[in-house]
Amino acid sequence: MGKTLYQKVYDSHVVFQQEGELPTLYIDRQLVHEVTSPQAFAGIEAAGRKLRRPDLHLATMDHDISTKEQTIEACSPMAQEQIKALMSNTKKFGVKFFGFGEDNQGVVHIIGPQTGFTLPGTTLVCGDSHTATHGAFGALAFGIGTSEVEHVMATQTLKQGRLKTMKIECTGSLQKGVFAKDLILAIIAKLTTAGGTGYAVEFCGQAVRELTMEGRMTLSNMAIEFGAKAGMIAPDETTFEYLKGRMYSPKGEDFDKAVEYWKTLKSDDDAVFDKVVTIDAGSLEPFVTWGTNPGQGAPITAKVPSESDFSDPIVAKSCKDALDYIALKSGDPLIGTPVDYVFIGSCTNGRIEDFREAAKILKGHKIAKNIQLAIAVPGSGLVKRQAEAEGLDKIFIEAGFEWRQPGCSMCLAMNDDKAPVGVRVASTSNRNFVGRQGKGSRTHLMSPATAAACAIKGALADVREFI
Amino acid sequence: MQKFTVHTGVAVPLDSANIDTDQIIPKQFLLAVDRNGFGAHLFHDWRYLDDAETKPNPEFNLNKPEYKGATVLVARDNFGNGSSREHAPWALMGYGFRAVIAPSFADIFYNNSLGNGLLPIKLSAEDVDEIFKVLEAKPGTQITISLEDMTVDVDTLHFTFDLDPFRRHCMLEGLDAISLTLQHQEEITDYEKKMDNWRAHGTL
Repeated sequence: MGKTLYQKVYDSHVVFQQEGELPTLYIDRQLVHEVTSPQAFAGIEAAGRKLRRPDLHLATMDHDISTKEQTIEACSPMAQEQIKALMSNTKKFGVKFFGFGEDNQGVVHIIGPQTGFTLPGTTLVCGDSHTATHGAFGALAFGIGTSEVEHVMATQTLKQGRLKTMKIECTGSLQKGVFAKDLILAIIAKLTTAGGTGYAVEFCGQAVRELTMEGRMTLSNMAIEFGAKAGMIAPDETTFEYLKGRMYSPKGEDFDKAVEYWKTLKSDDDAVFDKVVTIDAGSLEPFVTWGTNPGQGAPITAKVPSESDFSDPIVAKSCKDALDYIALKSGDPLIGTPVDYVFIGSCTNGRIEDFREAAKILKGHKIAKNIQLAIAVPGSGLVKRQAEAEGLDKIFIEAGFEWRQPGCSMCLAMNDDKAPVGVRVASTSNRNFVGRQGKGSRTHLMSPATAAACAIKGALADVREFI
Repeated sequence: MQKFTVHTGVAVPLDSANIDTDQIIPKQFLLAVDRNGFGAHLFHDWRYLDDAETKPNPEFNLNKPEYKGATVLVARDNFGNGSSREHAPWALMGYGFRAVIAPSFADIFYNNSLGNGLLPIKLSAEDVDEIFKVLEAKPGTQITISLEDMTVDVDTLHFTFDLDPFRRHCMLEGLDAISLTLQHQEEITDYEKKMDNWRAHGTL
């Protein structure tokens, strides 16, 4: 029997397995940021240990930094403490660190790929659930807790059981105005937020093949939002082209040798998946969430559901609770729901292509008068510089957006980019949990193009009107 | 890691599915550089009526007198989904919880809990429903959990559960995972020697 992509990468990383224990996997790469690393470094230090392979670690700060100004002083006192700890820890333990003002400072999940630190066929971890992002390269990438971060620092390994495998085949081509974000929101709505728990997922099919690396990263990024630990995509020419010449990508002969191997990283024809899901990607419309988990989404043209639409009493209760919180009325159209804030950025949609797509919609328009705040937050110094070189920053600013500095920003609102109580946010981030963007805030997840359309209309809107 | 062998304590029901780690410990409390002090902020948004945590929400189960000193949490499906923050089990442990019973857990939370001596117990949705009924009928009921026997006893109900044998062993003995792995340095070094250049390269 053949192997799936996941099984190939997993099997090639088993270092040892003791009788009655889970296999121990080698971890090729670890990304480090300021929020989930201080306790791990402290543990290493307290035990008198060192990092086994500091060169397989890469650090930057993103979660709680200011996006108004790239200085440590602009961050909150507690954030300053975490940033200083990261700076001194990386120095002490010999880990490469990217600081303010550098091209490679920004959201960890944007930095890994843009530096070529993320590579196909590797295992990659980070103390952040959106580590699934790197699966877009055919890496086995997943989020871990701080104790595991420390374990990888000390041993460069992790005990990991084999996950079940799920294939998600996305047939057809995405229509105009429909993006990777819409596709993944549709997938999560179909599978529910726990539908992928215990699985490593592989995204495949024509719609996935046709995505750029940026789009693929958006897809893999949100695998965790339906509970899947990893969301992988087999590497192909698009992947190799993206990686060629990047800072840490292999060079010369090493690159050719790597590509030769990477080409074998696809599920065999006779591989058996534990579950297969098919999505008719060609028929999808732009998607938005209406509730308080990423699975509570619908096509933009839909009406707000009602609890009676769901037969499972627990799901029906979740729907009722969500609608109470988010203040939507069952049966009302989603389109036209007034929006107060717009946020474009995050590890889901903070890449150059995301700003290009949003700028295409915004060009020549102004944001609606009722929009109190619209921010565009590039995912890295490089994304920012590239966008500025293309003149995208001017389009955003002329439309009425604020053009910010790189960071996680209002995706998790750990810095001062927060939405106040009752404020409705059109957001390109990945979680619409209760209070995620600020206590009492109401989040609608969507693509950057749809967010731009919402900014212009001042309400939930169908981006296809602008295409 | 704190050992877990047999534990008896008051169980508190939280009748919601998808209780995510943002609810367990909101992000404003992640701005710390050590592992202590998170218990005070556990379920902050549900537990307190004000940001300063001076006004407990009387409606929230943890604040009700019958659940005072609760050490076992009972919830619905997909407990601990969302962010990978280990601060969630730190907060639950910090408050005093030793075990969480639910029909299913998010993977990362599940691992994080086991690594910290917080026992996540998976029972079927029907069994969990039975426990909810008992706790509703008799608030303040104690639950006894034996990791040695892999059993849960509530009132007249008796259940058994599964746990990976290695995880169980580590928890029963309170073993430190890093020390255990470091006994295999040689295997790790051998593995590294066989690696292709492109993989071994890193940031150097």
